[in-house]
Amino acid sequence: MRIVHTNTVKDAVKNLFIEANFDIGESVFKVIQDSIRKEKSQLGQSVLGKIYDNNILAKKERIAICQDTGMSVVFIQIGQDIHFEGDYINDAINQGVREAYEEGYLRKSVVRDPLFERVNTKDNTPAVIHTSIIPGDKIFIEVMPKGFGSENMSTLKMFAPSAGIDGVKQFIIDAIEKAGPNACPPMIVGVGIGGTFEYASYLAKKAVLRGPDHKHPDPRYRELEEEILTKVNKTGIGPAGLGGLTTAFAVNIEVYPTHIASIPVAINISCHASRHASIEI
Amino acid sequence: MEERKIQLPLDEETILSLKAGDSVLLTGTMITGRDAAHQRLFETIQNHQKLPIKLEGEVIYYVGPAPSKPGVPVGSAGPTSSYRMDKVAPILMEHGLKGMIGKGNRSKEVIDSMKKNKCVYFAAIGGLGAMISKSILNSEVLCYEDLGTEAIHRFWVKDFPAIVVIDSEGNNLYEIEQAKFREAE
Repeated sequence: MRIVHTNTVKDAVKNLFIEANFDIGESVFKVIQDSIRKEKSQLGQSVLGKIYDNNILAKKERIAICQDTGMSVVFIQIGQDIHFEGDYINDAINQGVREAYEEGYLRKSVVRDPLFERVNTKDNTPAVIHTSIIPGDKIFIEVMPKGFGSENMSTLKMFAPSAGIDGVKQFIIDAIEKAGPNACPPMIVGVGIGGTFEYASYLAKKAVLRGPDHKHPDPRYRELEEEILTKVNKTGIGPAGLGGLTTAFAVNIEVYPTHIASIPVAINISCHASRHASIEI
Repeated sequence: MEERKIQLPLDEETILSLKAGDSVLLTGTMITGRDAAHQRLFETIQNHQKLPIKLEGEVIYYVGPAPSKPGVPVGSAGPTSSYRMDKVAPILMEHGLKGMIGKGNRSKEVIDSMKKNKCVYFAAIGGLGAMISKSILNSEVLCYEDLGTEAIHRFWVKDFPAIVVIDSEGNNLYEIEQAKFREAE
């Protein structure tokens, strides 16, 4: 058994949210540069250049990349040999979020009740926390400040098995066409296939977290990702929706076994500011 | 890409001269407002009450800025998606609004109202919050202070970067440019 004080988790969550909001990370910097070379639209190239410059400025001057510093999504994997000392773990995570959004001058974008008063909680809590138990005595935390321009363009459909691969492909293309400029393209498209209604959404979000440079290990899914990405980049939407060949940086698919009656498909879209950060404790 | 320097608020001659595709640098003053502020303006108009701000000739920026660090007027401040303001935008144009800055598609009702009321829709590029904040020289709350980031602010801007996406004749740059790069299956 390993004893970990929940303050360690709180501090980690705080630092990760601040870093994620200021520093887009190498993989996104690289994919922007690659896209500038390939983009045929002059306007699209100029947009990509500005996105790159904005991300450099944010990192250098420690300003939030985007004013929508998101709802705070936390994935925490806890080794089953860990014993926590201190606060309740979710309280510690929320305290980390609170401190990050205050000290980092990040926007507080969460309302207490989704339907009635919609009053801002003023500290960006509560976070959305996904906890899983893993073997061993390590803790792995991944955070994602999720902007809602793109989150609002996400969607889910429960297909009959007869819809097949073509039905799934078309659904993804349609979702991206519908998202268009609203989702701040170039997007990173996370697709969750399988499981149940809620698990497909979880998979889609995990798929976004893979970022632009991690292809699926199964060659069949890797090919499918590439095929859909090629199709998405023929829609013409382009950077900021102003036309071009770079509509998405990546299409990432995550899968899980499912029921004989269904193909659940969830699509979670990230804008070009696909922010995430992770740490192992 | 050549950028036109445009003074705010917009006069009619300028509005009519702005064409879809023009890259512009805006200097002068604008107001801000997004979801919650639009809802309040809408309810005020529905209830035949007096608006807390004048809309005549104004340009509204759909933004909810991040908090400002000490010594700077505003934090990260890029555009939010405009479609969420589509329900209220035509009513605000009837009350004299002349320009909107946001990102993304607009409804047919909004575009029809823009043509009728001679109004321009600019896009700022989504996700450039850090860069855009550098063109905002000053910020002050005009009303709805309790809404925090969603309060209506006045911004004083210098060389604020934007693109005319839909002009006062209804030409739509998203449609024009996307069609050029679309490969039909």
